[in-house]
Amino acid sequence: MTVKTMATYAAEDKKPEILFWVGCAGSFDDRAQKVTRAFAEILNKAGIEFAILGDEEACTGDPARRAGNEFLYQMVALQNIEVLNMYEVQKIVTACPHCFNTIKNEYPKLGGNYEVVHHTQLLQQLIDNGRIKLTDTDSFKGRRITYHDSCYLGRANGIYEAPRSVLESLDGQLVEMKRSKRNGLCCGAGGAQMWKEDEPGDKRINMERADEALATGASIVAVNCPFCLTMLTDGVTAREKQEDVMVLDLSELIIQQM
Amino acid sequence: MLSTIIFIIIAGGALAYAGYQFNLVRQNILLASDEAIEGPSGERWKNMLLVAFGQKKMFKKIIPAVLHFILYAAFVITQIELIEIFIDGVLHKHRFFASSLGGFYTFMISFIEVLSLLAFVATVIFLVRRNALYIPRFSGPEMRGWPKLDANLILIFELILLVCIFTMNGTDIVLQNRGEAYYPATGSFAVSGWLGPLVFGNFSTATLVVLERIGWWGHLLMVLWFLNYLPSSKHLHILLAFPNTYFSRLEPKGEMDNMPAIMKEVKSMMDPDAPMDEADMSEELPEFGANDIFGLNWLDTLGAYSCTQCGRCTEQCPANITGKKLSPRKIVMDVRTRTEEVARNIRSGNEEFCKDPAQPLSKDNYDDGKTLWDYISKEEIHACTTCNACVEACPVLINPLRPILAMRRHEILTESAGPADWLPLFNSIENAQAAWSMGKSRKEWVDQ
Repeated sequence: MTVKTMATYAAEDKKPEILFWVGCAGSFDDRAQKVTRAFAEILNKAGIEFAILGDEEACTGDPARRAGNEFLYQMVALQNIEVLNMYEVQKIVTACPHCFNTIKNEYPKLGGNYEVVHHTQLLQQLIDNGRIKLTDTDSFKGRRITYHDSCYLGRANGIYEAPRSVLESLDGQLVEMKRSKRNGLCCGAGGAQMWKEDEPGDKRINMERADEALATGASIVAVNCPFCLTMLTDGVTAREKQEDVMVLDLSELIIQQM
Repeated sequence: MLSTIIFIIIAGGALAYAGYQFNLVRQNILLASDEAIEGPSGERWKNMLLVAFGQKKMFKKIIPAVLHFILYAAFVITQIELIEIFIDGVLHKHRFFASSLGGFYTFMISFIEVLSLLAFVATVIFLVRRNALYIPRFSGPEMRGWPKLDANLILIFELILLVCIFTMNGTDIVLQNRGEAYYPATGSFAVSGWLGPLVFGNFSTATLVVLERIGWWGHLLMVLWFLNYLPSSKHLHILLAFPNTYFSRLEPKGEMDNMPAIMKEVKSMMDPDAPMDEADMSEELPEFGANDIFGLNWLDTLGAYSCTQCGRCTEQCPANITGKKLSPRKIVMDVRTRTEEVARNIRSGNEEFCKDPAQPLSKDNYDDGKTLWDYISKEEIHACTTCNACVEACPVLINPLRPILAMRRHEILTESAGPADWLPLFNSIENAQAAWSMGKSRKEWVDQ
């Protein structure tokens, strides 16, 4: 796959349409890397000129900030903003709702102002304006797909419809979980929980959510966040349903059809 | 004449004492740090109208929403009748508006009566829901004791108030029917028009006159007592829901408050030309985040006083649902309890609460040896996923997440403590600018 960095563009004295912010999970997590590849491939196929920061990208600071470590957050956030401003970045897309929320809502106070979209929003636009052409929608015919709202795309930013609209462009049957949209249940990873053991309790949060997803009878659980992806995959596997139920990011569903 | 004097003393005294108490609540709320209110006021008015006045968020649960709306409407509309009670009380009149308003008076009182009857039914259902049915959000460790009693007391007093209204109107109707001169015809009221003769029809006129006064005074005294009960009750939400919805944050829920002091420090660290800030060296180490109400913002304490402990936040909390100790409602309740404690101690003037005994006791010179950590455990704070479900759930726009995050900030930044699991995360972000130290390139996925 050819993916150019901002540095390459700058060396050619050119600017891409959009910066793809990959994020730590998308860069390092084996499973999330597949989502990153799928989304990059979609962008390539749709003929969008995009760049990544590559090794100039740093963690947005979201988990540090939510753990309470403001100092660390400011360090990486200011460093990122310096890089982004140096390249005069204007538009950013990311497949991680935590990165999305931090860059969109929290970087402006630190001097970083960009137009930020989540990849599910961009996917919707590209489908709507015909830059993504879905060819093989038959393979989803009759299959039940349930969509898990991530907290940081949903409640935190009020984006509920764009991902659903993307899913509706597939020929599957979209079924909602009991708790969805504004009332959606967290996967358990937010607020830096991804990096620590659950506090003592009766059940893991990801199990509670995975059970709810399984109860819909869906064979596909669609997610928009690398952390939800891990948490729900773990939950489905713990219930030994990984043969029947796939947990997939929206971009993985779309790339199958292009 | 004597009744007028008694009326003015009782009503005036009760109103003055309530005013005094509300002012104390205001002072308590302002013990927390200042916070600038920004953003368009149009949006704020809209929030207040929709969420507090229109109770928009209540309608996520239709049964309690309808019951609650009836109680709320009855409460608001009954205040019209209270205006007349005050005028009658001061001028020593009987049903001051009856003659001048005529048929409209009959309509207004009838309207109040229908709402009051519905409110009576709603209150009984609420009592049954709280005490006979098992509704999970009404239980929980933080609801034992006073919170449960408080909830029931409010409902019982509501019933007494409604009985007083119907006694007052019902006896009046019977006295009117008997042609008693002091009770001019008002037309038949929607409920007491039939309920009055049914219940009081056989009573002697002398008894009715006394009962009418008991109803009238009872109504008034319940209202005055209630007003003075509010400042120490969860029921304060009937007033504070309005400012709380008005002042609630307009920013996206995902946005955390920036910490300009830390931003400034990091910026100067990153800038090699920045002047060294030596003046700070001699001063006390700064406190970041909150381990007590002083570190919270007044919106957080206002929220705590606006909470009616309905438990919709806790019911939606993923940590609580899965058996963790965290309950957003408890966090909010604890903030109020601690605020009350601090305020009480400061008002006591007792020197043992002075941080520096040489200085007078004040919120800036206060140390009772306790903090919010005496109420809220680290385990609770660590269980939060920052999912905003509690924030979304609150019908009066209280934000339980903010105090949680402020306490996390205190734990990490001021106490240098926190879950050991987070140390590798912090180290990795600090040393490798990544949430995981993989020793790999961020571009690895490109060539897979």
